[in-house]
Amino acid sequence: MSTSQLLGTDPGWIILVKGLIVFVFCVLCTLLAIWAERRVVARMQMRLGPNRVGKFGLLQSLADGVKLALKEDLIPKAADRIVFVIAPVISATTCFISFAVIPMTGRVSLFGHKTAMQLTDLPVGVLYVLAAASVGVYGIVLAGWSSGSTYPLLGGLRSSAQVISYEVAMGLSLVAVFIYAGSMSTSEIVAAQHHWWYAVVLFPSFVIYAISMVGETNRAPFDLAEAEGELVGGFHTEYSSLKFALFFLAEYVNIVGVSALATTLFLGGYHALPGLSFTENWLGGWFTMVWFVAKIAFFFFFFIWLRGTLPRMRYDQFMKFGWKVLIPFSLAWIMIVSTLRVMSQRGTSRAIIVAFTAGVVLLILLISTLFESSQKRAEKRDALGDVPPPSFPVPDLARFTHSELEQRNV
Amino acid sequence: MLNLALEAGRTHTPEAVLFWFLAPLAVAAALGMLLVKKAVHSALLLAWVMISLAIIYIAQDALFLGIVQIVVYTGAVMMLFLFILMLVGVDSSDSLKETIKGQRPAIIFVSIGLIGLFLSLLGRATIGVPAIGLTKANADGNVQGLASELFTKYVWAFEVVSALLITAALGAMVLAHSQKTKSKFQQRDLSIARFRGKSLATAAGLPSSGVFARHNAVDVPALLPDGSPSKLSISQTLDARGDMIESKIFELEAREVEED
Repeated sequence: MSTSQLLGTDPGWIILVKGLIVFVFCVLCTLLAIWAERRVVARMQMRLGPNRVGKFGLLQSLADGVKLALKEDLIPKAADRIVFVIAPVISATTCFISFAVIPMTGRVSLFGHKTAMQLTDLPVGVLYVLAAASVGVYGIVLAGWSSGSTYPLLGGLRSSAQVISYEVAMGLSLVAVFIYAGSMSTSEIVAAQHHWWYAVVLFPSFVIYAISMVGETNRAPFDLAEAEGELVGGFHTEYSSLKFALFFLAEYVNIVGVSALATTLFLGGYHALPGLSFTENWLGGWFTMVWFVAKIAFFFFFFIWLRGTLPRMRYDQFMKFGWKVLIPFSLAWIMIVSTLRVMSQRGTSRAIIVAFTAGVVLLILLISTLFESSQKRAEKRDALGDVPPPSFPVPDLARFTHSELEQRNV
Repeated sequence: MLNLALEAGRTHTPEAVLFWFLAPLAVAAALGMLLVKKAVHSALLLAWVMISLAIIYIAQDALFLGIVQIVVYTGAVMMLFLFILMLVGVDSSDSLKETIKGQRPAIIFVSIGLIGLFLSLLGRATIGVPAIGLTKANADGNVQGLASELFTKYVWAFEVVSALLITAALGAMVLAHSQKTKSKFQQRDLSIARFRGKSLATAAGLPSSGVFARHNAVDVPALLPDGSPSKLSISQTLDARGDMIESKIFELEAREVEED
């Protein structure tokens, strides 16, 4: 019995309970994620991070949430009131609905009813997640527009351009997965990774997805929509109190969401690490959720690591990277994948497949060599002729001896 | 055959509830789209119409169509619309004045033509064509059924539409493209130019506004050591518009203080 048939037998109350579990899971994840991010980033910057409220500061996000809710809720005079209120609501609701199709466990029993921890299983499940994400961006864009202020507007503009560009790359990276799994349903993609994770088989797709998911969630180094050095707070500059809290919640639920999708599509979903599949039967199958959460945590750590390591990209470089690198690269990769797939389905001999792969590798090498040499030529052409390097108005340090310099410092 | 058509045409209760809930909302939003003044509100209402249509598609077992409608139209096309509207102006509302002569009659003519086209399409799809029912149409799966229709029976139309879209995109690019006569000044070039100039006075950047003045707003120039305003410290645009404010008006009236 496939997962979709299994889910088809769920009575209404089980669906309600599952919906509640998904909601609580997301909110708990957010609370822990904010705490974890602050602690891990602190560790990376040789600080301690929040450690006062609760054990290890675990309740810090809860305290912050209460504080946020009790703050004064301001609406600017120039704001478009209706849209200003709707925007955070759109953001905070759409981020949850993509979780409906994410398989969190294998077969389990919930209050004595045999089911799987997945709200519903659509034949186009992955596209459904993309649809939810693309509606979610409306929240950010509208927040930027409705604030009636310059910085939020710039943030909203950036975000809309950013998301359109990176959604193309993200969608293309998923195509290879669809071709290999022969399905767009999340549960079937997980089942198709029984032998090999797609992160291994389709490694380039995995890399493209990993990059574009950072762009999609507006996280460092791609957090141009809320670049605090340039746009104060970006799209949410004018928001305060609960409305701001909703944006905050949406951001973290989105991160968990794209991580969960990455887990499902590339890391074998709720299945255990290779060689540990005996653990999948522990606790009546509920132990698979531990694997699922562990894989999400891995991705979340990656997000934090990026934030702690990389500086924010410049906007034009970011767009150039999306359109001129990621998208052409994904298109070429899809061509290769589909050719290989058709070959293996038609039972083409191994020799031809190897020859094709070698040909592709040679072609890539050739193109990259030509590209490099043309770039070098361009550099030579643009090089500043025989003008001496500019002399900067600094004292000639070589003239002074070491002791003289020390004296001057005193 | 008639029985089958009736069977296929019958609506189940949940679907009917969904329809009667969504359809009035969609119609209201569509009307609102035409009637509201702000362009962004209109775009939002259109997005809502699209989403409710998508939900109705999904309820009618056209799962792929519904989801793709949201991803492509609501997610990408409407987002581009919003992008443009936001670029055009934060609170610009449409003026109802006719700028191109004969636009209204032309629009009415084209609209009637479009409605006629839709009606003929509907007629061709329903009159004299036996309904085979959704179960049969989706026998190999909704996506697979759609794909096989699209890439066999309608492959010509599909290719023509894609060629049309690519032509439109290329046309837009040609219209928007402008040849640069000289290369753009980059950050690096500007930095080099500052040091290559005759004087190194501004090598570290221009002075900021409001230095030594009584106010530090962007339109109050910095004061030079002799007390005269430095035009370098404020934007050239402000200077040209005459929006520069003298620092003097912020100064305390020293004499009065002395007299007291």
